[in-house]
Amino acid sequence: MEAIQEHKGLVYPLNRTNVDTDQIIPKQFLKRIERTGFGKFLFYHWRFDDDGNERADFGLNKPAYQDATILLAGENFGCGSSREHAPWALLDYGFRVIIAPSFADIFYNNALKNGIIPIQLDESLLKQWMRQAEESALVLDVDLEGQRIVDGHEHEVHFDIPAFHKEKLLNGLDEIALTLKLEKKIEAYEKALGK
Amino acid sequence: MARPETIVSKIWNKHVVHQEAGKPDLMYIDLHLVHEVTSPQAFESLSLNNRKVRRPDLTYATMDHNVPTKDRDVVKDQIANKQMETLRQNCKDHDIPLADMAHPDQGIVHVIGPQLGLTQPGKTIVCGDSHTSTHGAFGALAFGIGTSEVEHVLATQTLQQEQPKTLNVHVEGDLGPGVTAKDLILAIIAKFGVRFGTGYVMEYTGDAIRNLSMEGRMTVCNMSIEAGARAGLISPDQKTIDYLEGKEYVPEGAAFTELADSWLNLATDEGAVYDKTVTINAAEIEPQVSWGTNPGMCVPVSGATPSLDDVDHREDVKRALEYMGLKENQPMTSIAIDHVFIGSCTNSRIGDLKKAAAIVEGKQVNPQVRAIVVPGSFGVKLEAEKEGLDTIFKQAGFEWRESGCSMCLGMNDDIVPPAGRCASTSNRNFEGRQGNGARTHLVSPEMAAAAAIEGHFVDVRKFAGVPN
Repeated sequence: MEAIQEHKGLVYPLNRTNVDTDQIIPKQFLKRIERTGFGKFLFYHWRFDDDGNERADFGLNKPAYQDATILLAGENFGCGSSREHAPWALLDYGFRVIIAPSFADIFYNNALKNGIIPIQLDESLLKQWMRQAEESALVLDVDLEGQRIVDGHEHEVHFDIPAFHKEKLLNGLDEIALTLKLEKKIEAYEKALGK
Repeated sequence: MARPETIVSKIWNKHVVHQEAGKPDLMYIDLHLVHEVTSPQAFESLSLNNRKVRRPDLTYATMDHNVPTKDRDVVKDQIANKQMETLRQNCKDHDIPLADMAHPDQGIVHVIGPQLGLTQPGKTIVCGDSHTSTHGAFGALAFGIGTSEVEHVLATQTLQQEQPKTLNVHVEGDLGPGVTAKDLILAIIAKFGVRFGTGYVMEYTGDAIRNLSMEGRMTVCNMSIEAGARAGLISPDQKTIDYLEGKEYVPEGAAFTELADSWLNLATDEGAVYDKTVTINAAEIEPQVSWGTNPGMCVPVSGATPSLDDVDHREDVKRALEYMGLKENQPMTSIAIDHVFIGSCTNSRIGDLKKAAAIVEGKQVNPQVRAIVVPGSFGVKLEAEKEGLDTIFKQAGFEWRESGCSMCLGMNDDIVPPAGRCASTSNRNFEGRQGNGARTHLVSPEMAAAAAIEGHFVDVRKFAGVPN
């Protein structure tokens, strides 16, 4: 996993609640055995019509959002299936930060494991940025170390993130390697419980 | 006396391998279920890092998401075929037992776990699939994980997990005749919303839950994830023990008696404290039909689609109605369907098929409807055939298929066409779930069967053939 300390980028506002992982990456793309190359299928049926042409009315297709790397979304982002293809698609497309009032549990975990920063923020704060990003280009500067987001209007917002998640993101730590350091404890547990 | 504990806390405490302040617990996993779609990248990364599968004997694989449900001799979809071939090779390389497509134990992973007795009370069970919550029906702590976590479990047989909060979903009273476990869980999600379980493990309690069959309990726990909870469970009781006795992977004789006692001791103690409790009265629940694009968008069959003036999130409701091709205030019984799917990890067990068969017996599927039945496992299919259910379905005009996930998510050929409308016994009515542009209405097997005959939704309680 690639480490991430700070990220400054253009915001794409997806003003919808309960965006499920079937919308983020539809099932027909889950048959691949690779981890990469899912970006072109992100939000597939929202971005493309039945003939594969871009839908002009879907925000992400608009020229203004072409370089977006920060996604703003409504409540319960990433609900539904456990498919890690969802964060793979978001990351491959170019998103490094997702900000929403709430996330589905499995998606939140999956995002963290792939070096995406999922930031939970109060809806009232988000609404303002959502509106701004809909009206004109909004750039946010996300400082993970300092747990703050700064917008171009010198508006600064603090966010919470569990310390151990933060540490893993900051250092791009390999969770399996960390666990394997405790292998003796795992062995002892198995022995004691006859597993 | 010891402090009263919930079943979640009892299971958790027995599985902590390592604890450190400020960090998640390292938790042991007793059973890791694997399928073809969410595992290839995990095995690949394992090999790249020269790591081995720590406990192949606690791992069990099957193929369910991709598999065709007819003409299985040749898998025409080459990409799907490669994914299945990859699982075969990975299981071979790592000595993992595999119920391959032609194996007698093949089936939907959440159907075969309980059927084989791999699923047992008190176990920690994970799988790269969000409906792993199904196994909670047996008093196991079971939840879905992503592919990175699949890899973590393969390599270490553990997961780093924060101890979840507990949510008591208390169901008072009892369900009326013709009202099923599916209606109960749909009504719960409709009442409390699609995210009320986020961050929690839900425990279902109360008379209505005790009175459900094990299959009904599986249907309820299966959809915990649709309420936001990664896991939902039910304290074990005599029904749990009776169901598991004699299953292939369950010990026999004195060992079973001892195990059964330990299972009963797992039940939540009288007076244990939950982080949150919600209550619903089962007697007030009617058969349900979903109208929108998430499982919370659901009403009683006597109801109608919402009025835009009465809802929060008006834009989302408007979008959902548009996608579904419905108007506001439209009675559910006025909605005509053209597809019926009876299957999925929610409702494809023998009891589900029996109840649906009782409704369609001697009747004919409406000529405008294409209806399919997909048994949850090869074992369920054989049992159904032994009882003649296949004949009942086929004579009524249903297609009778091989087992798999099938039209629940349409990863194989079983899809609903664009703008097609399906009465489905599955768990998700998301946009495009059953096929691009497909419109899904979630219902019980009985309601799906009745809709197949009538060509539109009907209150199954007023339908001839409904078992009392």
